[in-house]
Amino acid sequence: MTTASTHSEPELVEFDDVVARFDPVLGIEVHVELSTNTKMFCGCPTEFGAEPNTQVCPVCLGMPGALPVVNRAAVESAMRIGLALNCEIAPWGRFARKNYFYPDMPKNFQTSQYDEPIAHDGFLDLTLDDGEVVRIGIERAHMEEDTGKSLHVGGADGRIHGADHSLLDYNRAGVPLIEIVTKMIPDTGARAPEVARAYVTALRDLIKSLGVSDVRMDQGSMRADVNLSLSPSGSGQLGTRTETKNVNSLRSVERAVRHEMSRQAGVLDAGGEIVQETRHFDEATGHTRAGRRKETSEDYRYFPEPDLVPIAPSAEWVEELRGTLPELPWERRKRIQTEWGISDEEIRDLVNAGALDLVEATVAAGASSQEARSWWVAYLAQQANTRSVELADLAITPEQVARVIALVADGELTNKLARQVVDGVLDGEGSPDEVVAARGLKVVSDEGELIAAVDAALAEQPDVVEKIRGGKVAAAGAIVGAVMKATRGQADAKRVKELVVERSSL
Amino acid sequence: MSASDLTRLTAAELASRIHAREVSAVEAAQAHLDRIGAVDSRVHAFLHVGTESALASAQRVDAALADGAEPVSPLAGVPLALKDVFTTTDMPTTCGSRILEDWQPPYDATVTERLRAAGITILGKTNMDEFAMGSSTEHSAYGVTRNPWDTARVPGGSGGGSAAALAAHEAPLAIGTDTGGSIRQPAAFTGTVGVKPTYGGVSRYGLVACASSLDQAGPCARTVLDAALLHEVIGGHDPRDSTSIDQPVPDVVAAARQGANGDLSGLKVGVVRELGGEGYQPGVRAAHDASLRRLEKLGAELVEVSCPHFEYGMAAYYLILPSEVSSNLARFDAMRYGLRAAEGRSAEEVMANTREQGFGPEVKRRIMLGTYALSSGYYDAYYGQAQKVRTLISRDFAAAFSQVDVLVSPTTPTVPFPIGEKVDDPLAMYLNDLATIPTNLAGVAGMSVPSGLAEGLPVGLQVMAPALGEAVMYRVGAAFEAARDADEGGPLIARVPEVTA
Amino acid sequence: MTAHSAERTDSGGVITRDEVAHLARLARLAVTEDELDTFAGQLDVIIGSVARVGEVAADDIPPTSHAVPLENVFRPDERRPGLDQAQALAGAPAAEDGRFRVPRILGEEQ
Repeated sequence: MTTASTHSEPELVEFDDVVARFDPVLGIEVHVELSTNTKMFCGCPTEFGAEPNTQVCPVCLGMPGALPVVNRAAVESAMRIGLALNCEIAPWGRFARKNYFYPDMPKNFQTSQYDEPIAHDGFLDLTLDDGEVVRIGIERAHMEEDTGKSLHVGGADGRIHGADHSLLDYNRAGVPLIEIVTKMIPDTGARAPEVARAYVTALRDLIKSLGVSDVRMDQGSMRADVNLSLSPSGSGQLGTRTETKNVNSLRSVERAVRHEMSRQAGVLDAGGEIVQETRHFDEATGHTRAGRRKETSEDYRYFPEPDLVPIAPSAEWVEELRGTLPELPWERRKRIQTEWGISDEEIRDLVNAGALDLVEATVAAGASSQEARSWWVAYLAQQANTRSVELADLAITPEQVARVIALVADGELTNKLARQVVDGVLDGEGSPDEVVAARGLKVVSDEGELIAAVDAALAEQPDVVEKIRGGKVAAAGAIVGAVMKATRGQADAKRVKELVVERSSL
Repeated sequence: MSASDLTRLTAAELASRIHAREVSAVEAAQAHLDRIGAVDSRVHAFLHVGTESALASAQRVDAALADGAEPVSPLAGVPLALKDVFTTTDMPTTCGSRILEDWQPPYDATVTERLRAAGITILGKTNMDEFAMGSSTEHSAYGVTRNPWDTARVPGGSGGGSAAALAAHEAPLAIGTDTGGSIRQPAAFTGTVGVKPTYGGVSRYGLVACASSLDQAGPCARTVLDAALLHEVIGGHDPRDSTSIDQPVPDVVAAARQGANGDLSGLKVGVVRELGGEGYQPGVRAAHDASLRRLEKLGAELVEVSCPHFEYGMAAYYLILPSEVSSNLARFDAMRYGLRAAEGRSAEEVMANTREQGFGPEVKRRIMLGTYALSSGYYDAYYGQAQKVRTLISRDFAAAFSQVDVLVSPTTPTVPFPIGEKVDDPLAMYLNDLATIPTNLAGVAGMSVPSGLAEGLPVGLQVMAPALGEAVMYRVGAAFEAARDADEGGPLIARVPEVTA
Repeated sequence: MTAHSAERTDSGGVITRDEVAHLARLARLAVTEDELDTFAGQLDVIIGSVARVGEVAADDIPPTSHAVPLENVFRPDERRPGLDQAQALAGAPAAEDGRFRVPRILGEEQ
């Protein structure tokens, strides 16, 4: 069943044409699932992927009589995120109830900070690919709880439309969420898609560095909603915005913005009006499609949560948490650049390739920064690409890469052999040393063995020997090739050549 | 001692006989189960009687005593009736609602746990207005409870079942919950004692919420001392309830014992000018005047105080309560537990049909009222203003308690009314809680003690104290009770007619 | 919490049948036609009566959401035993594959 009726879709306007005539205004809401041991309001685990309804209790199942109690670690995580985003921490605030019915929400209200968020008015500086720095204003970061998951049965590919019935798993219900909302982001022009992606990337890296979430967009522990509106260039008028929900990868953030700009321009060009609505991003087509229109405007009937008491962080508590902030990503990059002596561009390449952590860990395991960088951004990046996985998900650890580099430095492997060793590790054959042993990949450094191989090759090609003796040293190449073949590439080619010249003159 | 005599004892007397092994806990339990069997078809105080679990619990108490162990609590072995709004793993919890018919909770409320830990025998679950909304127990989906003083009349509500069980001698102790008077008003209507502790004094974990910011569980008994003993069992901090106060339970048992000595000299008792005049029946006012004289005789100094915002209490209450109710009761949606309507093509339709079939008219009325009060566009004028009134009422209490130790008023404006009289007139029903609502809005403590009869029906005296000021409240209540009983030649409850089927 | 305030706080005639129908939809109550009439009349009277909260409570009065002023009540981030799957599903009207089975959902997630 198709969910987007294509006939009502407007002509898409070429991106260059859109930015020539319209100013996009962005707004991004990111939900981050915290990796606390327990849920926001109860002592149930938060792990991803457990058997359905095995991480539940009366509280997160919304059973009659059950009451919430706030997880202190979640509050501290929220405050640390706020502080890292240069926000002010509210000295007093309450949770509120957002009332609406939906089967994945056990109480039929979501407990969420509404107009009293724990952190507000901050910013995050982004460095774009060309080195331009853009400051994104942060409106607020607030705490709330996640919903359960529904599985729609009987319809096409698990979609809600056409389903016969639904199955509910509440393991995720009550997992702590931090929602981070930007202020309006104007004046990005043609860079809007890039800025959106760079913001989500920077936020991901920041939160990862705080250690409060695993920020896996593929597992839903980080989810982005992108608000976008267009206004005629220079008019300064705000257009009507749409909200594209649950964009699930960094690349999709960029694509969703790009598509939504083209689509909205098409609607406006055709004399239409942008409808304020929720849209969904389709990974397959790169398009956004309209969600179901709501019959009546939502009325969430917010009111202060009577079952929870206000949170009033003291100045001491806030300062104590500020003291626990780790080196933040931008600080770290500066330090690394100095330590490794690399340019802005080089560090940006590392970051963009997702290699910075890996290289740093490889260096920490004893490799030189140059070798480590070279391995990760060249051969390993290429392998990740071939194998269609993220660099970080390759089946090799930074320690193993460092070991390979050490083997090369010690002359035990040539670069070519080293790549074979890495292949072996990636193919699950074991550690570098195990692969070396199993595949017999050590450099042949036994002089006697080499001499025997050279002599054998010389004996097979007496004509070449004559040429060498006649002064045509270049002819030695053929013998070297034969020796390398005989030793399965494990000999040091330079030494072999020396030996060929030496032995043929005997 | 005969079985019928066992049901006439106070909890304290029964406990002392059980602990002295003159009577076994099983005998005490059986006597009350027999009494329930004899009269409850007429009273209908109970929705569920847990005969086996009650006897098993009593047996454990007897076995421990036989082994020479000290009683686990001063009330070990004493039977109790539990309002059907607390979760119990061994009995259904219905809250008087069709939507939770036969629901068996997978966990015990903190109050339930504490009762079990104290060795108290839980006889069964008592009838109530659906989700504790009502003042007559007529809004139960499982039929009305009758007042043992006159079975044509209501026992009050919402905790009519618990109060009637005490008055009918089906149990010496009961637990109620009080959101706007649901412990105190039924106590007044049945000639029993009911206490609403300070908000946060007794855990709400496992108490199925009516209005979260107002609900408070409390003890019900036939004497002030029994209520105090039960208060100490259920009170105190619970980390599973964020609004639970992390402080020791006031020493209410000592206060009740002190009060029984009958001297209140040095205490200032405030008489609330706004509670007791217009709108109160002449018989109720006469009984109240007599109560004031009695307090003076005990040595208390009476001071008239004014709480000018109390008159707005009912309006604020009927905005705050329905607002919280509309949200608290949203979870009853047929997805995870409880009733599911057969009709409906989608989850949404099944939800709406289930709620339509599963909730009674009073619950629906309050859900819609709360939905209205919280709606955008109306929030400020209704819910927002009501919360400001709440502040003003708290300030009235603070000003009054700066002058006096406790406040008193009639518990109710009327005597128990005939079944059916007000059930279709919501506003008339709401007036029952005129005098009890302000304490809930301010979170302070209140109790009702029997003060006398009007038209042959019981009337209660309400005593109110500041937050965590329960000790002085129990002292006044116990002194008043002792003096009243002495003057009248015995407790009021002794005059309750025998219930006949 | 909202920017607007009620325009109609006078007593009587504020709640129409349509308004009750709207409230019932918001509250997921499939009320009958008869109930619409009954509730419209009753809610009208009740709201007319409770609207008097607007008579006092001036701007400088802070609202009270919690009767007892507690703050900063937290739980350590420690696991506590919950329910197993069978206990979780024991009261469910229907279950399938360890999950709560419900009729098809029409609306979209919020």
